[in-house]
Amino acid sequence: MRTTRIEVALKPGLRDARGDKVLRRARDFLGLSVQAVRTVRVYLVEGDFSGEILERFAREALCDPVIQIFSVGKPLSPALGFDYDWVIEVGFRPGVTDNEGRVAAEALELLLERPLDSSCEGVYSALQYLIKGTLSSEDLERMARELLANELIERWWILSRKEYEKTGITYPAPRVTERSEATVETWDLSRLSDEELLALSRERLLALSLSEMRTIRDFFRRPDFVEERLRHGLGPEITDVELECLAQTWSEHCKHKIFNARIHYRDLESGEEFTVDSIFKTYIRGSTEKIRQRLGARDFCLSVFVDNAGVIQLNDRWALAFKVETHNSPSALDPYGGALTGIVGVNRDPFGTGKGALLVFNTDVFCFAPPNWDKPLPPRLLHPRRIFEGVREGVEHGGNQSGIPTVNGSIVFDPRYLGKPLVYCGTGGILPLEICDEPSWRKGARPGDLVVMVGGRIGKDGIHGATFSSEALHEGSPATAVQIGDPITQKKMTDFLLRARDECLYTSITDNGAGGLSSSVGEMAREAGGAELDLEKPPLKYPGLKPWEILLSESQERMTVAVPPEKIDRFLELARRMDVEATVVGRFTDSGYFHLRYEGRTVGLLPLKFLHEGVPQMELFAEWHPPRHEEPDLPEPEDLGAVLRQMLSRLNVCSKEYVVRQYDHEVQGGSVVKPLTGARDDGPSDAAVLRPDLSRTDGIAVAHGICPKFSDIDTYWMAANAIDEAVRNAVCVGGDPEHMAGLDNFCWCDPIESEKTPDGRYKLAQLVRAARAVHDFTLVYGVPCISGKDSMKNDYLMALGLDPEGENPYGVGTILPDGSLKISVPPTLLFSVVARVPDVTRAVTMDVKRPGDLLYILGMTRDELGGSEYYASRGFVGVSVPRVNAEEARVRYLRLRDAIYYGLIASAHDASDGGLAVALAEKAFSGGYGLFVDLSAVPYEGCGRADFILFSESASRILVTVPRDRKRDFEKLMEGTTYALIGEVIAEPELIIRDGLGRDLVKEPLSALKAAWKTPLAEL
Amino acid sequence: MKPRALVLAGYGINCERETAHTLKLAGAEPEIVHLSDLLYGEKHLRDFHLLCFPGGFLDGDHLGAAQAAAHRLRHARIRHSSERLMDQILEFIAAGKLIIGICNGFQLLVKLGLLPALEKRYGERRVSLTYNDSGRFEDRWVYLRVNPSSPCVFTRGLSQLYLPVRHGEGKLVVESEEVLSSLRERNQIVLQYIHPNTGQPTQEYPYNPNGSVEAIAGICDPTGRVFGLMPHPEAFHHFTHHPRWTRGEVWEEPPGLKIFKNAVEYLRDTFLS
Repeated sequence: MRTTRIEVALKPGLRDARGDKVLRRARDFLGLSVQAVRTVRVYLVEGDFSGEILERFAREALCDPVIQIFSVGKPLSPALGFDYDWVIEVGFRPGVTDNEGRVAAEALELLLERPLDSSCEGVYSALQYLIKGTLSSEDLERMARELLANELIERWWILSRKEYEKTGITYPAPRVTERSEATVETWDLSRLSDEELLALSRERLLALSLSEMRTIRDFFRRPDFVEERLRHGLGPEITDVELECLAQTWSEHCKHKIFNARIHYRDLESGEEFTVDSIFKTYIRGSTEKIRQRLGARDFCLSVFVDNAGVIQLNDRWALAFKVETHNSPSALDPYGGALTGIVGVNRDPFGTGKGALLVFNTDVFCFAPPNWDKPLPPRLLHPRRIFEGVREGVEHGGNQSGIPTVNGSIVFDPRYLGKPLVYCGTGGILPLEICDEPSWRKGARPGDLVVMVGGRIGKDGIHGATFSSEALHEGSPATAVQIGDPITQKKMTDFLLRARDECLYTSITDNGAGGLSSSVGEMAREAGGAELDLEKPPLKYPGLKPWEILLSESQERMTVAVPPEKIDRFLELARRMDVEATVVGRFTDSGYFHLRYEGRTVGLLPLKFLHEGVPQMELFAEWHPPRHEEPDLPEPEDLGAVLRQMLSRLNVCSKEYVVRQYDHEVQGGSVVKPLTGARDDGPSDAAVLRPDLSRTDGIAVAHGICPKFSDIDTYWMAANAIDEAVRNAVCVGGDPEHMAGLDNFCWCDPIESEKTPDGRYKLAQLVRAARAVHDFTLVYGVPCISGKDSMKNDYLMALGLDPEGENPYGVGTILPDGSLKISVPPTLLFSVVARVPDVTRAVTMDVKRPGDLLYILGMTRDELGGSEYYASRGFVGVSVPRVNAEEARVRYLRLRDAIYYGLIASAHDASDGGLAVALAEKAFSGGYGLFVDLSAVPYEGCGRADFILFSESASRILVTVPRDRKRDFEKLMEGTTYALIGEVIAEPELIIRDGLGRDLVKEPLSALKAAWKTPLAEL
Repeated sequence: MKPRALVLAGYGINCERETAHTLKLAGAEPEIVHLSDLLYGEKHLRDFHLLCFPGGFLDGDHLGAAQAAAHRLRHARIRHSSERLMDQILEFIAAGKLIIGICNGFQLLVKLGLLPALEKRYGERRVSLTYNDSGRFEDRWVYLRVNPSSPCVFTRGLSQLYLPVRHGEGKLVVESEEVLSSLRERNQIVLQYIHPNTGQPTQEYPYNPNGSVEAIAGICDPTGRVFGLMPHPEAFHHFTHHPRWTRGEVWEEPPGLKIFKNAVEYLRDTFLS
């Protein structure tokens, strides 16, 4: 097939910002002596086009005549007048989502006034780097591998200038050429021994246990079922379509088998013993049910735990859907694509909830290893700096291009996230309470409705996720390891579907994410009572997918909707008009079966009841023994000001402005409290406030809590603190704790005891304790969980032949007896909340406002430094983990809410990472005024050391400033709670903290404190 | 009667709802129209007084900001007719109506050659908007000076603005020095980024967030009726949008809203009185 190269680059003399960025990073990250870099965009145009068409295509569509030049069929570099030594060109592997290439292909179609023939025509993008510098070929290889390309999805070519200008560069366009026959494999499970069953599960990467394989085998022996199969031309053997469908539906990801297991729990210290039948039902849903009962008529929950997102009522007009997901493993492999898919993927959750929500905000929380990691990297892991930047950029592109503001987030650092970064992405959406005269949060496909797939096409993307190893890859085989999203294809789809929704054209909608059509249609079939799917009908990105692959593909930007037959013409017409692909792929029935056909032949027949309820419950064991840490014996520091500056520079404390600025946090025009606030717009907001409906003055607060550092002591208090922090943050900006809902997102390390997880019982006990805390604390706060998610296998495990007795050369993780390295993430719970703000014009920010205002602290400070940043900065964990007194905190938060609504509060800021001292510093330098603080006035229980009072991370504490003339009102309102007047805002730009004897403990200029806080992550 | 405003949507445009809301507050009768409705002939520009290209990421900004979308608009024909959408737009301009392009919409106007349209040569590309010098997309608020001598009808009576920019490709570059001096001489430079301390146009980051030549943030055509700007006026139509409103920094009339009110007033006077 003929391929023509078109190259486009900025005119000589114009600054190449992308090249500059590469230059900076090659020097700073890799230490290479690169002198200059310029970039050239490459388009590989495949097909027999005339020279005139190619020239026009380049000139009119690809090139901006004001700033760019181009070449067709020859290198552009000589025309750039740029003195370079090397060329690195990076292009996608076959089958990888190439958004640039897709848009270029569409532009070519406009020019040709006809669609491209996908069998022999196409446009593919690549990027060329012209590099000047004295570099070895190893240096260039390193630059390509560690900076410019990801070998899982990309290929690269390195040429010297001489080679390049002599021979040019030629390689085949990344077309998927591999074809497999559309065959269906079958197995007679009844003939397989236990070992063979397990081998089958292993070989096909099904991740089904022996008991699950046996359950399937036994079901396929049932005479009534076998008879029904015969009627449809199927034998008693199971087909690959069925086996894959069952494995997907029964996966941990979809059925949450650990959260639904029967767990026998023993506390080895106290002797307590009990059995819990599903920690999800007992603790998480259990608490929500109790809260809803208690609320009675004031219950604001509309749809919880049943749909793709949880839904609450917001006001008399709107419902709000909220969901947070994780995309950890894909982000470890391809940080950019993984995170991009994470955000556009979670967008489809509220979008596929009820009749479909309009998306109004995103949240993002990342957990990384420190970006300045200087120890050796274990094999196959990417440097944390690369993960950080890739994830950041993926979320930037996903969120910004979708036009959804990213309003709230944080970044947590711990070396153990080296093995697996955590990438939490959340999305909220609003639905009018009624759509087409029905409650908007309900949906229901009916028998007879058509199954319609909308959006992108199907490829081998993400089939069996990341586990499908890359070693089988060769030229021409599609890269399946990671899916890459395309925000614009999705935006076009959501624009269309919202219109179809308001025209009442469908009865149900859900997204195609994990598990693809198998999951979406399998789920919706439950609404109708059955479904038939014709697997040859969904449009494919390239030919040659087997039926089971079509069923399971995780290709992005797809929704499945149920369209009544009488509305299908209008639905398809609207889709065509709005340039969105929509295809009828089946029909909902009431047969009780998920019926799969390929070209008319039945290739799968699964009873819905068995599919959804047949998975056997796991039985697991948990044993709790509190970890033994010592309370450190620290000398009291002389210079507390210096310690404070150190604390402000800690990665977990310092400014994240670098990241926040690159996210659009204001699009849609509802921004009230932005993530960055204060006199210079750079203070760290506790939470976001926004108005999703611009015609109203009520709105929502969005916040979260996360503190995995406490997991090393006790996950019960880790979870309690996360919940408390989330609630507290939302209250600080004006969220109503009595109209607040939560989401629990657990990211755990594998908690099932095995050879590779000898400490599984302990890790499971950690899980039980955290879940129990979710129950206990959401119940007291009255903040129901409405949805959540768990991700249970966040470990790195690699056979490296290390010496189990020797030193770990990587400095993180543990060496197992067999010499493999295991790095488990610290058990991490993200608790996200959304709360109503009845009047956003009362919202409060964290920065001090004016000299003379009085400074109060709400809540008790104790010597609770276990797990604190202060101990961590000195290399200790400690014992005294902060404990949450939720009953007291709840009263405090309600009073503060009232004070905010009465207009008594000038600023409010929570004290968490780094304690009181850090919170004081942040309040002061964000507001641009100093603070004078009398430390002896702080309500405190403990040994009295100033450093402990300053850096303890006791829960539920808030610092507020109050105008002098509101002192009496405020104090009256807070009466009976633990609070104290501890100082005031001063005009001098200094933080002055004195002890009871009037001696300065801290006397630091705000500029120094702020510099310490802003420097560490000023730029990556 | 209220002037009718068409707010374009689709293909990655994403600020259409708040822009329509602001137009409504300003006294217009806005309608969000998907590009496909124009291309299918269901809507026609002649029925509107104001055409707004809102912010967004048309076609993901692949091939360069709004580059692919400009190509689409130049080639797209109205279904069952020989008319091109571009013809409708040129007629719209000739009829003396108003066009505003915001952020991605400004990029689109520039890449369609509708701005700066030196000597009213609409369709010629003479300036472009490209990657910020920082190499980054950024969301930040900027101070702007309005050129009092500009013919731009949207900025009448305004002298200083404070608005957010949210872009990665907002650096204005000109084809040649002559283009720049033409823009200057004909007062087609409407908005410039200024240093808050001096009030003067600045090349200093972050006050000039992208490195635009002569700190240009917005330009108009020679008639003043086609206006494009990188900052988002629709993002400051309510006092709570100001990043420091909780510190008492409140504008009597949000300047973003005023820009749309000016348009409404002009259209009322010109077409509806």
